[in-house]
Amino acid sequence: MAGSSSSIMDNLFQRTLDDLIKSMRLQLLNESTFISKSIEDIRREIKSTDPQTKSTALQKLTYLSAIHGVDMSWASFHVVEVMSSSLFSHKRIGYHAASISFHDSTPVLLLITNQLRKDLSSTNHFHASLALHCLSTIATLDLSRDLTPDLFNLLSSSRVFIRNKAIAVVLRVFDKYPDAVRVCFKRLVENLESSDPHVVTAVIGVFCELSSKDPRPYLQLAPEFHRILVNSKNNWILIKVLKIFARLAPLEPRLGKKIVEPICEHIRRSGAKSLVFECVRIVITSLSDHESAVKLAVSKIRELLVDQDPNLRYLGLHALSVAAPKHLWAVLENKDAVIKSLDDEDSNIKIESLRLLMAMVSESNVVEISRVLLNYALKSDPEFCNEILGSVLTTCGRNDYEIIVDFDWYVSLLGEMATIPHCQKDEEIENQLIDIGMRVKDARLQLVRVARDLLIDPALLGNVYLHRILCAAAWVAGEYVQLVRNPLELIDALVQPRTNLLPPSIRAVYINSVLKVLSFCLDCYLDQDEGTASSYCCNLAGEQSEMFLVKTHTEAPELVATTREGSNYEQDEGFNPRNTTIESSDDLSDENDTDRVVTLLSMKNFTHESVVSLLNRIELIFSSLTANQDVEVLERARNIFAFVQLVKAEIIDNSGQNVDKKYTQVSAVIKSIRDAFSMELGPVSISAQGRVAVPDGLVLNENLDDLKAICGDIELPSSSSFYTGGPQFGTASDASSSNLLKNDESGPSNESTSLLEHRKRHGLYYLASDKSETVPNDYPPANDPKANSNINDEADALAKLTEQSLLLKKRTNQMKPRPVVVKLDDGDAAPIPDKRPEPINDSLSGAIKDVLGSEANLSVSRSNPLDKSSTKRKGKKKLGTDLPSEMKENLGDAEKPDPENPNPSSKSKERRRRGKEKIVEGEEPEQRGKKKSSHRHGRHKTHQRANSPLNVVSQAPVIPDFLL
Amino acid sequence: MGIRFVLMVNKQGQTRLAQYYEYLTVEERRTLEGEIVRKCLARNEHQCSFVEHRNYKIVYRRYASLFFLVGVDDGENELAILEFIHLLVETMDRHFGNVCELDIMFHLEKVHFMLEEMVMNGCIVETSKSNILTPIQLMDKTSS
Repeated sequence: MAGSSSSIMDNLFQRTLDDLIKSMRLQLLNESTFISKSIEDIRREIKSTDPQTKSTALQKLTYLSAIHGVDMSWASFHVVEVMSSSLFSHKRIGYHAASISFHDSTPVLLLITNQLRKDLSSTNHFHASLALHCLSTIATLDLSRDLTPDLFNLLSSSRVFIRNKAIAVVLRVFDKYPDAVRVCFKRLVENLESSDPHVVTAVIGVFCELSSKDPRPYLQLAPEFHRILVNSKNNWILIKVLKIFARLAPLEPRLGKKIVEPICEHIRRSGAKSLVFECVRIVITSLSDHESAVKLAVSKIRELLVDQDPNLRYLGLHALSVAAPKHLWAVLENKDAVIKSLDDEDSNIKIESLRLLMAMVSESNVVEISRVLLNYALKSDPEFCNEILGSVLTTCGRNDYEIIVDFDWYVSLLGEMATIPHCQKDEEIENQLIDIGMRVKDARLQLVRVARDLLIDPALLGNVYLHRILCAAAWVAGEYVQLVRNPLELIDALVQPRTNLLPPSIRAVYINSVLKVLSFCLDCYLDQDEGTASSYCCNLAGEQSEMFLVKTHTEAPELVATTREGSNYEQDEGFNPRNTTIESSDDLSDENDTDRVVTLLSMKNFTHESVVSLLNRIELIFSSLTANQDVEVLERARNIFAFVQLVKAEIIDNSGQNVDKKYTQVSAVIKSIRDAFSMELGPVSISAQGRVAVPDGLVLNENLDDLKAICGDIELPSSSSFYTGGPQFGTASDASSSNLLKNDESGPSNESTSLLEHRKRHGLYYLASDKSETVPNDYPPANDPKANSNINDEADALAKLTEQSLLLKKRTNQMKPRPVVVKLDDGDAAPIPDKRPEPINDSLSGAIKDVLGSEANLSVSRSNPLDKSSTKRKGKKKLGTDLPSEMKENLGDAEKPDPENPNPSSKSKERRRRGKEKIVEGEEPEQRGKKKSSHRHGRHKTHQRANSPLNVVSQAPVIPDFLL
Repeated sequence: MGIRFVLMVNKQGQTRLAQYYEYLTVEERRTLEGEIVRKCLARNEHQCSFVEHRNYKIVYRRYASLFFLVGVDDGENELAILEFIHLLVETMDRHFGNVCELDIMFHLEKVHFMLEEMVMNGCIVETSKSNILTPIQLMDKTSS
């Protein structure tokens, strides 16, 4: 009695949902306290035995959960209680709460199966509708399995209202419980033929979703879809059907011919923009072989591009970017509209147009487009500015700069980008500067100039986003110091006071570059002082004349003569080209800068005074750095400091005398330092590590937990392991550190005694010393020309030849040939899965295939009175379902001709077959694909191989009679 | 799944209705809504109605003080979704008569009901206004 009276009181004083919302609106300040207070009330009320109180409480809780994100998982049992109410208004609250709060792991789901079954079969179709809605959001495997028979009944319900919903639920049920397909699929297909457009809307919606996962099984239904495409007047349905066809058309070549006419008809006739746009989209994605349709679609896109409505402009650009890979002409035709969109108010539109511009870039227009874009970058907001810079960098750097012909221009462009105020693409620019330095020999002169301009400007050091770029510039200037016009000026730039603004790691690179430049200056000084060239000098000269293309130039016969002389004299020990070419080439290089008459060597006459003052200055500056906090800076500064002191003493000592070989000691030191630096760095394949054979007895996956304790008692744990690799291992992109190592020529003998001791004690973690000597020999250095020529097989050589001839033909009008870009075969390294991942809903499409297979007789006999065709179909059907897996794989490749991805798995597989040893790869897959279809080879064959089964297979399973 | 969620948000960024067609935890919903609202409400009427966010495409439209945001899959037809939003607004308008934010606040369940009639499992299943409203009108009749 007491209980019931309290529940009546509750009921009387309970706040309804409206009350709750009203008071919530008044509680402007402390919403969260109000909510937690309300939840307290609800917790009490929801336990009430009165169904009205309980359902109102649940209603409020559902509201708070939906709008304010309050947790309501604790109330799930009460939800079940309210669901089972016989009163519709209560039941509705319960079902709504369930569909909002239940998910796959809600425990009470097990309790509602019977309730749902009861409601599904209820005579009150509103009850059934509630249950269907709920099922469409919360159905689990168990629920789907248990309720499939009920659903099956409802699929043929006489009430369209219910049938519609049952159809929609099927989608979720199939997803959770694929076996339901065997029961329900036939009825689902029957509904396709319904005369009621509402039913068709629902069914098409379901097929649209199903086909998005795996379209193959639905090819057989193409006749039905085609009928709808031709007959339906409902735009919603048409859009969905078009989506289905967009997925089916690539699988069945003959389908395109059948649907292209009705689609074009829609494009011409329909007033609904959404339908027209969908038609345009299917034409450019799936019907790109039908030229007239594509032309029509592109003309529609053009209309969109110039529309007032930003939505249509956006969609127009979007459609163009979809079309770009296959129909670049469409983009080029609308170039003006695209460029105009760069000024749009909407950043989304701007980004779309930027993407399109990037798709248009080719080697003939890259200069022009980059110029336009850089101007835009200068005046746009920081975000878009970086978006632009990022795309330019990515596009130009793609496939080892395949679209860049004029590297001098590109290097200057990089320098220009660096100085754009908003530029934050420091990392990318840094990488490209270094990468170009290593890969493109001919670009180095310009690279050094750009680096010098960046380094010399003190203002740039204040911008943190430039530090990484400056780091690259410092490295470039140091590495290619022989191309620097004025090394003294460069040293000044590298040691200027504002360099203390740099982070220590970058400062260390600066210091290392100082060492390189300094040793170069001293080397030159000593050489010119000695008057006779050592064999080293000739080696250097030889190396450099190899490095630089010295073009014969009519205006400078004198220079040509001298340089030729220089190369002739290379074998002659008694000639030093440096001295003879100084005057003439210096002048000429000023005049003919753009003509790329490259001066062989830097033209510096170092006087004794200038060298001494240089040494003094460096000594002064670095003496202060020897107290630096950072260990890298400190270490390198000390090295230089010691070096300078050593050299200075002897140079000053010998200043008075004028005897040959007076600087024996110093010159030996300097030469060996120069020697260490003269080893050229090349790019390293990312798979290089994998090619190094693991020495016997080295267990790589051994547990190294106890290493921590051992590391405690050594100071330089890494250096010894670095030495084992020898100098060739230093050719990593982190050049500064490897240089330092090379610099230290005394090698392993220099190991501290403690380290030796350590090795003795923990020999386990060291590579065996004799092995380490031999292992590096197995791995050819990255830029060893011999290795390249030997390993490439004939097909590749042929590929290169055809390519080159084509390139030459095309570029006859150009001033100079594209310089050689060192490339590595990185394709091996990319982790490409060998097999296509299995479709996730394999069981679902399998089930659908089965059902359609058994149903084939029925549907064919229905649609086609000829009985023999059904047997024919049956046979062919079998062929299709038992596709060998490798064929499927090929299909997968052929299905997705993705031009953005130059390494489809088939290709990489082939490469692997050809042999792993290949180092330099001359292939430019993308370019070839675009321009030289007639000169395909190798890879083309795989494509054909992939294509031919496609035709066989896709024709085999589906010979829909509608095509006849 | 075509439609992933439908949101109604007012100018101040308060959620007035949230219907999801895939399960997200309360926390996930909150962060998602916050991100989307910040992105979309900052845009002006001269900008287009489509925003890409995470793996969704958001199609939105503003009616007076209320934003209707629909999250869809990438392949969905944006213009059709705009039409869908308009249909939803027209349906509410027919039912409530000059619908405003308060109508939606106080009759949230009914709006959910209309949405349920229109969309199931992320698929649009019903596009006729009178069909959508029939069950609601029946319910109103029986309860009054």
